[in-house]
Order: sequence, then C-alpha cells, then structure tokens
Amino acid sequence: MSQYILRRFALTVPVLLGVSVVVFAMVRLIPGDPARVLAGEAASAEVVEMIRQQLGLNEHPVVQYWIFLKSLARGDLGRSTLSRLPVIDEIRSALPGTLQLAVASMVIATALGVSTGVLSAVRPNSWVDGLSMFIALVGVSMPVFWLGLMLMLLFSLHLGWFPPAGHETWRHLVLPSITLGLSSAAIIARMTRSSMLEVLRQDYVRTARAKGVPERGVVLRHAFRNALIPVVTVMGLQFGNLLGGAVLTETVFAWPGIGRLMVGAITARDYPVVQGAVLTVAVGFILINLLVDVLYAYIDPTIRYD
Amino acid sequence: MGNWLQGRAVDTAAAETARVEAPRWRVLRRLARNRLAMLGLAIIAIFVALAVLAPWIAPHDPLRSSFAKRLQPPSAEHWLGTDELGRDMFSRLLYGARISLRVGLISVAIGIVIGVPLGAISAYYGGWVDLIVQRVIDVMLAFPGILLAIVLVSTLGVGLENVMIAVGIVSVPVYTRLVRGSALALKRKDFVEAARAAGARDLVIIARHILPNCVAPVIVQSTLQVGSSILWAAGLGFLGLGAQPPTPEWGTILSRGRQYLLVAPHITTATGLSIMLVVLGFNLLGDGLRDALDPRMQE
Repeated sequence: MSQYILRRFALTVPVLLGVSVVVFAMVRLIPGDPARVLAGEAASAEVVEMIRQQLGLNEHPVVQYWIFLKSLARGDLGRSTLSRLPVIDEIRSALPGTLQLAVASMVIATALGVSTGVLSAVRPNSWVDGLSMFIALVGVSMPVFWLGLMLMLLFSLHLGWFPPAGHETWRHLVLPSITLGLSSAAIIARMTRSSMLEVLRQDYVRTARAKGVPERGVVLRHAFRNALIPVVTVMGLQFGNLLGGAVLTETVFAWPGIGRLMVGAITARDYPVVQGAVLTVAVGFILINLLVDVLYAYIDPTIRYD
Repeated sequence: MGNWLQGRAVDTAAAETARVEAPRWRVLRRLARNRLAMLGLAIIAIFVALAVLAPWIAPHDPLRSSFAKRLQPPSAEHWLGTDELGRDMFSRLLYGARISLRVGLISVAIGIVIGVPLGAISAYYGGWVDLIVQRVIDVMLAFPGILLAIVLVSTLGVGLENVMIAVGIVSVPVYTRLVRGSALALKRKDFVEAARAAGARDLVIIARHILPNCVAPVIVQSTLQVGSSILWAAGLGFLGLGAQPPTPEWGTILSRGRQYLLVAPHITTATGLSIMLVVLGFNLLGDGLRDALDPRMQE
C-alpha cells in the first residue's frame, strides 16, 4: 500500500513540473516584451528594467525557468501590476472563498446525484428513471453561468429569497453552490445509476435476495457500497471540475474567489495574478486527483499495489 | 512472395472491415428506434437549418440598432424582443447559431486532427514516444475544464478564432486517450501483424489498418464533444474572451444581457435556452449512438 502511494506521488512530480512550464511559457508567448507584460502597461521604465533583472529575462530560457522555479519554491509569484501586492497574498485571500463554494457545491452534487442515481437504478426504465435521467442530461447541457443567471432572476430578483451577489452570510452561498453543483450532480447521477445497475446484476446480489435479505438491505448494504467505488472517482474528478467551473460561477455572483480574481486579472492584463491563479487551480486539481487515487486504493480492496 | 503476403494482409483487413460493415445497418436501425436519439437528431437538424438559412429567414438585420426600440419584450414584430441597443433578438440568435455551430464543428475538427493521429502513434510505437505523449496529455488534463482554454486564449489573444483553437486543443487529450486505447488492442491483431510482415510502412499501417477501426468511438465522442465545445466557447464568450460586440455570439449576448436581467429577462432566457437546446441535441444523439454501438445493448 505505502509503495503504491509513493509511486503515485512520484507520478505527480512530472505533471507538476509540466504545469509550471505551461505557466512559465504563458507570459513569454504573449506578443511583446515579457518584462513589460509582467510589469504592467502603466509601469515606469525603471520597474520594467528591475523585473527584467529579477527574472533574468536577458538570460537563456532554461536559466529563466530555473529562476522561476526557485521563486516558486519560495512562494514568490511576483507582484500584481494593479494592486502592487504580492500575488501570493491576493491568492491567499481569494482561496478560502473558492474552497467554500466548491465544498458546498460538492455536498449538493453528491447528495442529489447519488440519491437520484440509486432511485433510477432500483427501478430501471420506469418513468422515475426516464424523467430523472432526462433531467440529468438537461443539467449537463446547460451553461453553468446561464443557470446562475436564471436562479438569480427567480430567487433573488423576483422572490427575494436569496441575495444576488456578495458573500457576507450563508444565504449568499446558496445560489452559487446550487449553480455550480447541479451539473456535477447530473454527472454523478448518471455514473451512480450505471454503476448500481452493473452491481445489481451480480451473483452476490442474487444470492442476498435468495437468502431473504429485505430489498432495502440488498440495495443499501450489498449493492450500494460496491457501486460507490467508480462513483468516488467521478466525484474526485468533479471536485476538480468545480474548481474550473467556479471561474464562471464566481463571475456571475460576484463571489470573491480565485476564479473572479483570475477573470478580473485577465481583463486588466495583470499577468502575474493570472499566472498565480492558474497555477493554484491546476495544483489544487492535481492534489485532489492524487487524494482520490489514494482513497480509491483504501476503499477498493481488489486494487493491487504492484 | 511479398505481394502474396501483402494481398493476404489486405484480404484479412477487408474481412475485418466487412465484419464491421454488416452490423452498421443494425446500428443505424437500433439508433432509429431510440426515440431520445431521434429527438436529438431533430433538434440538431432544426438548428442547422436555421443557421444555414439565417440570411433568408432573419426578419431583421442582426446588427442594426434602434434606440427607440431598446429592451422591448417579445412582440409580433420582434418575436423574441430586442436587446440593449434595440437589435432584434430572434435575428441575433439565428446568426448566433451559425457562429456556435461553426465553433463547435471546427474545434472538434481541430481536436480530431491533432488528437487521433497522436493517440495512434503513441500506441503503435509505444516506448519513449508513448511516454512523452502521455506525459504531455497528463499535463493538459491537469487543467480542469475550461481553465486550459482560458490560459490559451489569454496567451493567444481574445477573439473567436482563438476560441476555436483553444477549445480544439482542450479536446485533444480526449481523442488521444480514446484512440490510444483502441489502437493498443488493434496493434496485436493478426491483420496488423500480417501487414507488418508484408513490409507495409508504419504510417500506412496506422492510416489503413488501425485508424479505420477506431472510427466508431471517435464518432460517438465527437457528437458529445460538439456539445461540450459549444458550452466552452459560450463560457469564454461570457467571460469576454471570445467574439467581441457587436458579433451576435451566444456567450457574448449573455454577458451583455446579464446587465439587463431584471428589465429585459427575455435576452438571457432566450439565449440560454438556445444554447441548452442545441447542446442537449448533441448529447441525446451522442448517448443514442453510444448505446447503439455498445455490443452489450444488443437485442
């Protein structure tokens, strides 16, 4: 087991390096002088020159990358061209907002997705099954940001139940997390259904029924626990996708997180912040996938660690 | 001798193809019996027709603004109302369908052209080629969902063409993984071995014997991928990274319309419904195709 986890960790290193290369290259591929790009359009010639020296922009790209990696290791992501604050501070203040939103959405997605999936699988091809799978398909076909706008129109602007923007109370969290969670709920529901159907066909389920286990017990104790394994993988992937989807949802609800920070920075051409935000989300996604794989090894005893 | 072997290889390959060809009609019949898939096909057909015929059926110029008619609700003259500059929403959505379908198709084409050969080469050669290609794909997949597209567009520059390129590149890993999986199994098949023994060049084997046998999963994936690409492109448009005003791109319309959500909800409602319907069409058809091609679903 520990060897498997170590190997899985080792596989993460090249991916992390790859991501750092992408983020490093991003700014250098933008047409124009990278020192000017990173200093911001309004920066004085001295500031541009200082950044050129700091990042070694006159050196060979390999040397530049090495300097970039060293500053990454120190947690130094440069300074915002707008606020002049260190990028790491901007990220530190935006990260809790995104995590809060992602966790709340994940709770909604899991509760809704798993229960719908199980209900559908228990009565396959019934009208309950047909309707919920159709709704799930509509759910994955909807643009996240449009769903957000429609929920805002109905529940904030017309009914006045929830505030349309901001983040002061738990009520501010309701609409953004439903918005972000629904499409993941749809994907989880589809996965749960097909996984449950697969398991319900197995011999041990038939055996459980034959020996007189009540249907509830068959579904929950025998089938559900085994059907959960592929669902957990999908949930891990979905949690990562929530981080990506948060970019749009945060923009719709003016929710203060990494996504809104990133979009604002792109619009303002504040590239050090764009780099930092992209790096944060990608690293978060990689770590979540790592965690899911490790968890997977724990819950599925048939996985061999060699 | 060489010729004879080559002939045999071709015969075997033809036999393989024939075995795939016969059930093709069965697949189509099964697809035609799937009501949801046919609904999807109908939705797509309607949107394609509307998009193609837009210049003839649009009741107004999608770009002509009229301040006297700003933010009007739906009426007999303007079926879906007008936008913040008094432009006819129905006409704008028709032209928007042209843009979105084009973006969806072109970006999927980009994904196929890069991703499919890459997957086949990666599987066929194996070794360090496979190792490098798969690590690059790993890095691409480390950016969740729309993030890689955002990174690409903010590097390439804002605009519709760059959105197509970005969304196309984002879909490359899907095809590479898909084709690599099929190709790994195919490269050990007798007809591939025979072609190799007959002295066929690697690229010929990949193009003639491996790729044609990966077509089915690629078709299913592409149908679903057109829907995803339309969603991603609309998302980029919504963030202001796609087509710029006054282009009637759906995502861009939504991002403008959002400022008038309370006074003119018809702008966002109609635009979002259009996106949802067309994406739903591709998802229904893609699901139906997958079921029709799935041997476990055979009657």
